[in-house]
Amino acid sequence: MAASVINTYADPSMPEWLSAPHSTGTSIMACEFNGGVVIGADSRTTTGAYIANRVTDKLTRITDHIYCCRSGSAADTQAIADIVTYHLNFHKMELGEEPLVQTAAAIFRELCYNYRDSLVAGILVAGWDKKKGGQIYSVPIGGMVQRQAVSIGGSGSSYVYGYVDANFKPNMSKEEAVKFVTSTLTLAMLRDGSSGGVVRLGVITESGVERSVVLGNQLPKFYEG
Amino acid sequence: MASVLAPEISSSGFSFENCQRNAFLAQKGFPAPKATKTGTTIVGIIYADGVILGADTRATENTVVSDKNCQKIHYLAGNMYCCGAGTAADTEMTTQTVASQLELQRLHTGRTVPVETAATLLKRMLFRYQGHIGAALVLGGVDRTGPHIYCIYPHGSVDKLPYATMGSGSLAAMAVFESGWKPKMTEEEGKKLVRDAIAAGIFNDLGSGSNVDICVIRNSGPAQYLRTYEEANVKGKKQGSYRYAPGTTAVLKQRVIPLEVESVAVHPVQPMEVEPASSRR
Repeated sequence: MAASVINTYADPSMPEWLSAPHSTGTSIMACEFNGGVVIGADSRTTTGAYIANRVTDKLTRITDHIYCCRSGSAADTQAIADIVTYHLNFHKMELGEEPLVQTAAAIFRELCYNYRDSLVAGILVAGWDKKKGGQIYSVPIGGMVQRQAVSIGGSGSSYVYGYVDANFKPNMSKEEAVKFVTSTLTLAMLRDGSSGGVVRLGVITESGVERSVVLGNQLPKFYEG
Repeated sequence: MASVLAPEISSSGFSFENCQRNAFLAQKGFPAPKATKTGTTIVGIIYADGVILGADTRATENTVVSDKNCQKIHYLAGNMYCCGAGTAADTEMTTQTVASQLELQRLHTGRTVPVETAATLLKRMLFRYQGHIGAALVLGGVDRTGPHIYCIYPHGSVDKLPYATMGSGSLAAMAVFESGWKPKMTEEEGKKLVRDAIAAGIFNDLGSGSNVDICVIRNSGPAQYLRTYEEANVKGKKQGSYRYAPGTTAVLKQRVIPLEVESVAVHPVQPMEVEPASSRR
């Protein structure tokens, strides 16, 4: 997702991408299945035309059972995730049990809405809790929140809305969901210039999170012309 | 009312009273002076027994080289150093501020401060200033969890990587790393790779130049700061003599004006009184 580039440091010796805000032109996705949620993201971080990090982890831990997928400004989303992590840890200590995914989403929304004029952040909050099982909440740029069974985000998402609508089925198995997320992200990465690298995955169930990586040469093959 | 007993307290926070005037002046062709930016190549890698940081030593003001041998690897703590690119004053101040906070933390806890703590302090400070502190940093160090390299950008985002480059020469240096870095390199291999990466910046980037500085931080033992590890640009020797032999220019006429000394005087200097009379014992 391209952040507005404010070039504060117009200096011929410094290239534009050094002073431009760092943004994760991204493809991110989360999908419910019968035992929890699958989250996924590409691994590219760009500053202008330069790939600042080709092995980024955009799936950030909030609690043991709640993760978020980050898109937008890297600095903004990292800072928000840190603050939400702090609030949820505190909440968990007072509560004495694992916080609800809805609570996490509400804190994300609170921050994203209150600071909507200074933040560039599109976040998917995904996780598992005892009350409602696997859940996904989308918190887009203005600071709205809404629960979705499947959700995609970032600049690459616009290329694959059709694919998601055509292929999503409620109550998939874990294997089906992992395959669906991997394929969707691969397609998004192939069409979006600011997405790419590897596909990072996370499967969140009652027993916690299972992380995995699909390397560039292991990605599913699609029509390439 | 302000008085000696109740002085008026000036309002806290930033003052924006000159913003409008400055915008007006800039529009009339009198822009504010620019801070010194160090067009830079800085790098850091993880090797078998710790981390190696590297930097060039050129500081620039627009197209002028303002310092041919400046230090860009800053001290943070005994187990951590930090390379700085961007605004010279900002990298210097942020590293000094954080170094002080880290030392207080070490004294308070009695433990070696983890590298992640430094990364968090730096990113919080830079995020708070929303990119106005132009410091792009490569932080490297070791702690009980092993060696770490962090890339910290002016807007406050952080990347944790096994090898990192920053500054205007980062593309040249990253090309060297991408082709030459491998896990578990020896110290000699590591130093060679870092030297090559900085040399790539020095020779291929206009903003970088002069010498190579290296800092090796091992998992045990003190850090080894190798200031001027290599002089990449040794000044060449003149091949011939370009001096004219005495007498080449003909002397057409000569005139001597004698200076007459009228008087010579010596004034003794009294040492200045520096202590007030009342405090003398």
